[in-house]
Amino acid sequence: MEFLTPTSMQEALEAKSAHPDAKPILGGTDVMVELNFDRCRPATLLDLTRIPELAEWGRDNGSIKLGAGVSYTRVIAELADQLPGLAMASRTVGSPQIRNRGTVGGNLGAASPAGDSHPALLAADAEIELRSVNGLRRLPATEFYTGVKRHAGRDDELITAVHITPPSGPQQFCKIGTRNAMVISVSAFSIALHPDRSEVRTGIGSAAPTPRRAVDAETWLAAALEANGLWESRGALPEGLAREFAGLVAAAASPIDDVRGTAAYRLHSLSVMARRSLGWVWNDYASGQEH
Amino acid sequence: MRITTTVNSEPRDVDDVWEGESLLYMLRERMGLPGSKNACEQGECGSCTVYLDGVAVCACLVAAGQADGRDIVTVEGLTEGNDLHPVQQAFLDAGAVQCGFCTPGLVVATHDLLARTPQPGDSEIREYLAGNLCRCTGYEKILDAVKLAASRMASSPTKVAK
Ligand SMILES: Cc1cc2nc3c(=O)[nH]c(=O)nc-3n(C[C@H](O)[C@H](O)[C@H](O)COP(=O)(O)OP(=O)(O)OC[C@H]3O[C@@H](n4cnc5c(N)ncnc54)[C@H](O)[C@@H]3O)c2cc1C
Ligand code: FES
Ligand code: FES
Repeated sequence: MEFLTPTSMQEALEAKSAHPDAKPILGGTDVMVELNFDRCRPATLLDLTRIPELAEWGRDNGSIKLGAGVSYTRVIAELADQLPGLAMASRTVGSPQIRNRGTVGGNLGAASPAGDSHPALLAADAEIELRSVNGLRRLPATEFYTGVKRHAGRDDELITAVHITPPSGPQQFCKIGTRNAMVISVSAFSIALHPDRSEVRTGIGSAAPTPRRAVDAETWLAAALEANGLWESRGALPEGLAREFAGLVAAAASPIDDVRGTAAYRLHSLSVMARRSLGWVWNDYASGQEH
Repeated sequence: MRITTTVNSEPRDVDDVWEGESLLYMLRERMGLPGSKNACEQGECGSCTVYLDGVAVCACLVAAGQADGRDIVTVEGLTEGNDLHPVQQAFLDAGAVQCGFCTPGLVVATHDLLARTPQPGDSEIREYLAGNLCRCTGYEKILDAVKLAASRMASSPTKVAK
């Protein structure tokens, strides 16, 4: 096995181009499990932990550029005020040791339907930055997830950053699991209000082959809020609105039965999370908290 | 491959490290430091917790090559000469050690917790130690040990240095 340790972005991109089958490794919290259990034997490991650019985040024209190698612990400590949805999701990942090492970039690389950052990224309209020696492209998160543990990155590309414009309204992330720590979600849901453009965004986790938005639920809710003048008045939500929204969220999912839970339980828990989290974000919005 | 590290404040070089092996394997099998335990090799149990450049991590999930040039502190490195660290002593005194397999990881995790939050409440302790499993004690004595260490360290702050 070869172990490549590029120390600059350019070197890393050249390495990936020369070894398209090289397995990138950031925090290793997915890769090392596969190696320890002999589930994969890549010819080449491409260590990306020595590339300063990947380990940084910064502001870029009102949006945040989050390097692929920033740990969950740092997202929680440094970005909770600007990206509360992603920070909430990050808090639910594994344990302190896992959060110290695991990264949003690695979560995207693994592209598991159960990855906890995905619902929050979808609800925030995040864009994924992919780079190769031939250039850089930015994909909306909706186009990034292509199948179970598959994403739109090419073999010569690396996931280098996530670009997120902090949603102008409140955000929530919820996940269902068997205990309060160290669990892969049985189902997960994230919501963000975008009052600046009178829109709602959602993200569903662990309840379809890929993380996905509940687009019909978003459109329906935004229209209902508009029709009732609620974006301006910040008044109480009409009776039954949250329930109808929750039904539409569940309708957007296509879960399976597996060891962690049945499809029916996933649909039920999703609709409960959708209903409750809408109540929470609306309370925050009504009380004037922007997030 | 050759790996050059600082382990417990001493420079350590090892040769012929396999590129796919973990930091945990390297510490235990190549450096003669069996304090960090291998129980699950999948990040679930925390028995292999060490500091990597000052950050508490599961050594089983760090590739040995990623540790090249880095600073590592294991449970062996927490002792002060022949004296146990107050966290180690508290685990013994509180009866928080039964089979002992989880102890090294819990000691390092507790050491890290107390460095950040010198007087943690119950929920902070539970939250912070959520990545460390113990199959013997039922955790109550572990909570006692953390609180005992916290109170001893508060009354003799010189011992905290590390
Ligand atoms: C005990 C335990 C608990 C966990 N709990 C959770 C949880 O609660 N929620 C959750 O979502 N996940 C969880 N995970 C999974 C894992 O921690 C996350 O997916 C994490 O985000 C992975 O990040 P990493 O940096 O460690 O990735 P790595 O393991 O380094 O990489 C993950 C994948 O992405 C690829 N990759 C890495 N970097 C790049 C890049 N720059 N470009 C392209 N591909 C790349 C790798 O080749 C690999 O396929 C858990 C894992 C463990 C071991
Ligand atoms: S052996 Fe590393 S976490 Fe269990
Ligand atoms: S004392 Fe035996 S596992 Fe904790």
